[in-house]
Amino acid sequence: MNIWVFAQAANGAPTSGTLELLTKARSLGEVTAFFGGDATEISAALGDHGAAKVYATGDLAGNLPGIAVASAMKAVIDGGDSPDLIMFPQTTEGRDVIARLSVKLDRTVLTNNTAITVEGDTVSCTTPVFGGATLVTTAFTGPPPHLAAFRPKSFTAEPSGGAPAEITAAPLPDLGASGGATITAVHVEERSGPKLDEAAIVVSGGRGLGEAAKYEMIEQLAKLLKGAAGASRAIVDAGWVPYSYQVGQTGKVVKPNVYIAAGISGATQHMVGMKGSKNIIAINKDKEAPIFGIADLGIIGDVHKVLPKLIEALQAR
Amino acid sequence: MNVIVCVKQIPDPALPGSQDPNTLTLKRDGKLILDESDSYGVEMALQLVDKAGGGEVSLISMAPNNEVSGLRTALAMGAAKGILISDPALLGSDALTTAKLLAAAVQRLGGADLIIAATESSDGYTGTVPEQIAEVLGLPSVTFAKHLAIADGKLDAQRQTEEGYDDVTCPLPAVVSVTAGVVEPRYPSFKGIMAAKAKPVETVTAADLGVAPVGWGGANQKIVNVVQAEARAAGTVVEDDGEGFAKIVAFLENLKVI
Ligand SMILES: Cc1cc2nc3c(=O)[nH]c(=O)nc-3n(C[C@H](O)[C@H](O)[C@H](O)COP(=O)(O)OP(=O)(O)OC[C@H]3O[C@@H](n4cnc5c(N)ncnc54)[C@H](O)[C@@H]3O)c2cc1C
Repeated sequence: MNIWVFAQAANGAPTSGTLELLTKARSLGEVTAFFGGDATEISAALGDHGAAKVYATGDLAGNLPGIAVASAMKAVIDGGDSPDLIMFPQTTEGRDVIARLSVKLDRTVLTNNTAITVEGDTVSCTTPVFGGATLVTTAFTGPPPHLAAFRPKSFTAEPSGGAPAEITAAPLPDLGASGGATITAVHVEERSGPKLDEAAIVVSGGRGLGEAAKYEMIEQLAKLLKGAAGASRAIVDAGWVPYSYQVGQTGKVVKPNVYIAAGISGATQHMVGMKGSKNIIAINKDKEAPIFGIADLGIIGDVHKVLPKLIEALQAR
Repeated sequence: MNVIVCVKQIPDPALPGSQDPNTLTLKRDGKLILDESDSYGVEMALQLVDKAGGGEVSLISMAPNNEVSGLRTALAMGAAKGILISDPALLGSDALTTAKLLAAAVQRLGGADLIIAATESSDGYTGTVPEQIAEVLGLPSVTFAKHLAIADGKLDAQRQTEEGYDDVTCPLPAVVSVTAGVVEPRYPSFKGIMAAKAKPVETVTAADLGVAPVGWGGANQKIVNVVQAEARAAGTVVEDDGEGFAKIVAFLENLKVI
């Protein structure tokens, strides 16, 4: 099986989601990475996770990756190198590329997956629904290339010791009217401490905090535990914290050693993003809150009472 | 300025979801409501048209059983008219087929300056339809817009990314997907609800739109297995008696993380 992985990079290194997919892909077949940009800096890491080759578009010149990378992929496929399967990280860019490409190739997509199996020519993907309570497996029944997107942390990244991926140019074709959108500025919301999706401890706050200013308690606690601060979508939508803090179906997937949910109800869309945590602690004043259903330790109580005392106790240590 | 908003009508998310035992698809046969994620797009469209000083907001929705209750909610907010794509043949359609149908409905309305959708629906959340519509129509797109303004025939957006956001500029016509929270959706007024009853909604089939194949036949995917995930073992849940914090400290100590 000939597999492409849509590769993404940040700060000169492939993203963890990219390395996870490469690791999984190499257990299924021959792997080629496809990168929207200049791959010089990342070809070693891509090779070390299983990509023998990387197609690179070169600088995207302000084009949005969705239309640009999908067009470049289509050009390579039309040129005669057509994979059986293309794997995408379930990220904003991954979603845009898979969507544009699905129309260009007239292929269906399977998204939000956490597992994949290949038996003979049949490729099947599994996605959790109803907050992860049920797992649905769907097989592609049409002709390849099959297009599938995977949630972060579905697989574990492991080096293969492979040589740097050989870089092959996949120049951007003329994008026409569809390529009209241009990026004029990039804003990175800096945050201190470990990254949310890599931290060993994550402390998340939700609407139960009552007001934006109280999120300070979450930041403080995260810092004391050398962890990262996260959030439910309710308080991201309310503008209390940036989107990069969001844990869940449409945010980050986290699997820390300890996850602390404070004032979070445990909506299914939140739970799919943190259910894989080793240990879950929940603080909620409602004993019926669904979050208690998956908590290893649940405290039925007021965050405004429990958190200050917890912070004080940790500061005193 | 004319804006088309793609709105989905979904089962009330407050009710437990279920799957059809025969087709294994999500059940969508009861009363449907306007997907809350789409109320942001409707509001955004109304505000943009208002600001432009003319034009109207039209709606497109695909739903089973000629369902219009969600559409009426959006009409009550202020949209002028709608197209409902409803056809028993559509059962089992994948996201790509859905996008082709919605794009055909956009053309049936004569196009628009802007086509707005939510980043994903609340019930199926494949999350590709807006970008697929753009590609079918050969239009530029800005996805995950958390801020949107129109001036001089182009749009300026803040597009949410994993690390922050990008400023993006794009000529019109274009397709935009908006995040929840981009604007505060209004509640329909009593007057709006009354007026909505008389607003035109055209019901069309896949054949009317010239899209084939649709439904299971066009989906190129098949659900092959459904299983219950392993449940997490139940933990300890205790009432805070003022010492709840100490239980957390002990738990963390036990894990040797402090
Ligand atoms: C398509 C889609 C995608 C979504 N994606 C995500 C996602 O990625 N991540 C996500 O988080 N959500 C997501 N959501 C939203 C999700 O459905 C919930 O609305 C959201 O998670 C609720 O956030 P919350 O728990 O903070 O708020 P609420 O559900 O309002 O819960 C607040 C909780 O705080 C408790 N509380 C109140 N006061 C106190 C107090 N003083 N002390 C202790 N507890 C208190 C309450 O008992 C309640 O349980 C998505 C929704 C949709 C439709």
